[in-house]
Amino acid sequence: MQEHNLFPTFSEESLIALTVNGSHYEKLVPARLLLSDFLRHDLRLTGTHVGCEHGVCGCCTVLLNGEAVRACLMLAVQADGMAITTIEGMAGTNSELHPIQQAFLEKHGLQCGFCTPGIIISVHAMLHENPDPTEEEIRHGLSGNLCRCTGYQNIVEAVKLAAERLRAAQKEED
Amino acid sequence: MATRWFGAPVQRLEDPQLLRGKGTFVDDIDLPDMLQAAVLRSNHAHARIISIDTSAARALPGVHLVITAADLGDVLEPSPLLVPHQALTEPRTQLPLALDEVRYVGEAVAFVVADDRYIAEDALDLIDVDYEPLPVVHNFEVATHADGPLVHADVPGNVAARLEQIVGDPDTVFASAPRVMRETFSVERGAGMPMEGRGVLARWEAHESMLTCWISTQGPIPIRNGLAAIFHLPEHKVRVIAPHVGGGFGTKIMLFYPEEILTPFAAMQLGRPVKWIEDRRENFISTNQERGQLHDVEYAFDDQGVLLAVRDTFLHDTGAYTPYGIIVPIITACSLPGPYRLKHYASEFTVVYTNKVPVSPYRGAGRPHAVFVMERIMDRIARELKLDRCEVRSRNFIQPDEFPWDIGFTYQDGGPTKYDSGNYQAGLDKLKELLDYDNFPKMQAQARQQGRYLGLGIGYYVEGTSIGPYEGANVRVESDGRVFAATGVTSQGQAHATVFAQIVADQLGLRPEDVLLTEGDSQAFNWGVGSFASRAATVAGAAMHLAAVKVREKTQQVAADLFEAAPNDIELADGKVFVRDAPQRSLTLGQVAIAANPLRYSYGENARKLMSMKLAGSRPGPALPPERGAPGLEATEFYSPPHASFASGVHGAIIEVDTSSGMVSFVTYVAVHDCGRVVNPVVVEGQVHGGVAQGIGGAFFERLVYNEEGQLINASFMDYLLPTAAEVPPLIVAHVETPSPLSPLGMKGAGEAGVIPVPALFASAIDDALAPFGIRVREMPLHPCRVYELLQEARAS
Repeated sequence: MQEHNLFPTFSEESLIALTVNGSHYEKLVPARLLLSDFLRHDLRLTGTHVGCEHGVCGCCTVLLNGEAVRACLMLAVQADGMAITTIEGMAGTNSELHPIQQAFLEKHGLQCGFCTPGIIISVHAMLHENPDPTEEEIRHGLSGNLCRCTGYQNIVEAVKLAAERLRAAQKEED
Repeated sequence: MATRWFGAPVQRLEDPQLLRGKGTFVDDIDLPDMLQAAVLRSNHAHARIISIDTSAARALPGVHLVITAADLGDVLEPSPLLVPHQALTEPRTQLPLALDEVRYVGEAVAFVVADDRYIAEDALDLIDVDYEPLPVVHNFEVATHADGPLVHADVPGNVAARLEQIVGDPDTVFASAPRVMRETFSVERGAGMPMEGRGVLARWEAHESMLTCWISTQGPIPIRNGLAAIFHLPEHKVRVIAPHVGGGFGTKIMLFYPEEILTPFAAMQLGRPVKWIEDRRENFISTNQERGQLHDVEYAFDDQGVLLAVRDTFLHDTGAYTPYGIIVPIITACSLPGPYRLKHYASEFTVVYTNKVPVSPYRGAGRPHAVFVMERIMDRIARELKLDRCEVRSRNFIQPDEFPWDIGFTYQDGGPTKYDSGNYQAGLDKLKELLDYDNFPKMQAQARQQGRYLGLGIGYYVEGTSIGPYEGANVRVESDGRVFAATGVTSQGQAHATVFAQIVADQLGLRPEDVLLTEGDSQAFNWGVGSFASRAATVAGAAMHLAAVKVREKTQQVAADLFEAAPNDIELADGKVFVRDAPQRSLTLGQVAIAANPLRYSYGENARKLMSMKLAGSRPGPALPPERGAPGLEATEFYSPPHASFASGVHGAIIEVDTSSGMVSFVTYVAVHDCGRVVNPVVVEGQVHGGVAQGIGGAFFERLVYNEEGQLINASFMDYLLPTAAEVPPLIVAHVETPSPLSPLGMKGAGEAGVIPVPALFASAIDDALAPFGIRVREMPLHPCRVYELLQEARAS
């Protein structure tokens, strides 16, 4: 038994290739590295926050191939070959905020801002699936994200406004 | 000068950055060569430490440092007692690392620094601590048992403090009162649970002998002062920065959480930056908690429903230590009278140690418990006399012409508990209107015919806010015309960057976005206390106002010299400084700022323009005119409130109870709120919203459950349930404004308000909904199972 090899599997590293916010990355990562830590500390995309590390608070929500997932419940190696969008990728390349972000700004949908990136990502996925949600559907859709500051009131209002604007923009496109 | 931005719903200036994920929370800062730390925490609620073997942990590759109490040298000192009090006869505070005894699950035992957090946590598993378990005090019953175990061997009866306050002559009143009742009320522990846990990043720069710490805290300046003392450094060689802070709710102001000492200690030892980030499990077992109290209350009233006297005796659970002295139970005692004219009141509380996480203020800080007790009393009087609940309250209100009203107790800050202003009937009237109160009995009766149980609840509170000792502000116009503003408080989401900018912008004729706030940085402003007790916006805001007034006056003086006009004829608007009635005689604020600094060596567009203008006065003069005192347009002012100002509010809700499951849902929720003059209604409403959600959690979902071994058995978000968007109903918020005569801007604090009356209201609504079963709620928080049990008990009896 080697004294310095107590955790042999943890030190194994794998090469992963993935796309984050449209940029391609190839990185050698330890097998046990969480996707949330990889995004935050390896790629320095610190907008993805970590609030509980057990998959309840939703602060670390990112889009994985278009679906909202908890980055704290995945290993970085599991994201090999995938496309990820984080909060930093929401506004696109121009300087304007995404309509969801803009709606949160106008409706005072955030206070400390820690849960906000995860909520914006969840709302993005929610509105993609259901562009015209009722208030009850919005509240249900938000129930996977905890916010301790706002009481959710203005978040719900922001989602309504964002949905309305996104539908109008979609109509124009059609 | 007419105010323009004060009172306006200005959009938050801090949001774009946060919305893009470009905020800077402590864990977002990674420094070159940085190491990461993890804390070994006691898994016993009470045990003697026989030995600690760290050799295997030290040998693990990637581990740089393992610290136990024995390694701390003269840093191994108990934390200071923050608020001493003569009644606190047995204060005990915590060591940075436990030396020979642990007193709660979660107490820090060892600190490991490694290449990354993963390795640091591996190393924790390799530390071998030999504990000898000791008997555990896990609740009031054990704590107060005559021969029970002791949390601190040298504190008899586990009693840290006992305080009695009496106003009037309750004994005489009780002896002759027409009606006297006695009840017991209990409130269990809850937790603040900010979404961001605590965190510390420390950097020691040996070449400058400079220690810099980024801490997720509500009070960076006191921490800076404390760290300087602990590490024997000059205060100006310690810089503490609270960057973006992801919520605090009172739990992030403490001197000291152990990690706030251990992280810089390690960074200084290793000469490399060290970061420690609290995870959620740690937050559950090592960040301070609050609420636990047990009240035994007697109250006397007459046949008209007028409350004559109250005698309240209560136990307060302080956990294993008393870092904040006894301010929480003092606030409870002082908050109990609420909006009512209570002239004969005796309060006695006993603060007891338990083997649980230490207690310090959490949003509401002793008030939700007090309001729960008093509002239960009001409801009971109404029920006994078959009077309307609002009518009973009205008969007991302090009237608007009775202010200032002194309840006769000494408040937590050592000053009087003297209400400065209020209009309680106006609040209640507004609530009744918005709840459609008079129509509710009909609605309730109709629902009952369909087998549905609706109930209406009310909770009224008065909240001491805006305590001293002081805050300060520095306001300085820079040469591009934008304004630097700094203060010693911090924001954890309260929009200071917006509301302070509104206050300054009004004085200097600017837009709020031209005012750039720096706060939470001990190097930007040297003096301050912190953001707690609903005081930051009001106390620091008042200082900001006073500083901005000074800067405006100086601007008028400098411009008057340049224009050969009288200072009173100089106006500031739209970024311009001009002579009233002659707006062509005008400079930008930036140009006046340059002119206020003797002009040699000035640089930039504003300076060039200024040089080319034909102006009077000592324009490029070499000397500073003596009457101006200092160069530039700058002022530093302090505001020290004479005593607390008292905000108030009343919440009402209609709920529905599912009697088959005990589940409760909200039909309507109305919050009427009076915090004096409002700087930004959107921000204040947001504060109320968040408070109510936290209050709903504290009334129906959130309860910290400790077992007999002192283990917190629901230490995760899967078991300790924070309300989600699905549980918090749409909220209607309305304002009553009775300005505070104490503050230059008439403001009162608003940060904690929302949370305070919710348990009282919830109990009131459940009683009302389940009146057919004869249920009387005497405990908080409830949860669906408990409501179901109460129903079963009622059905059985």
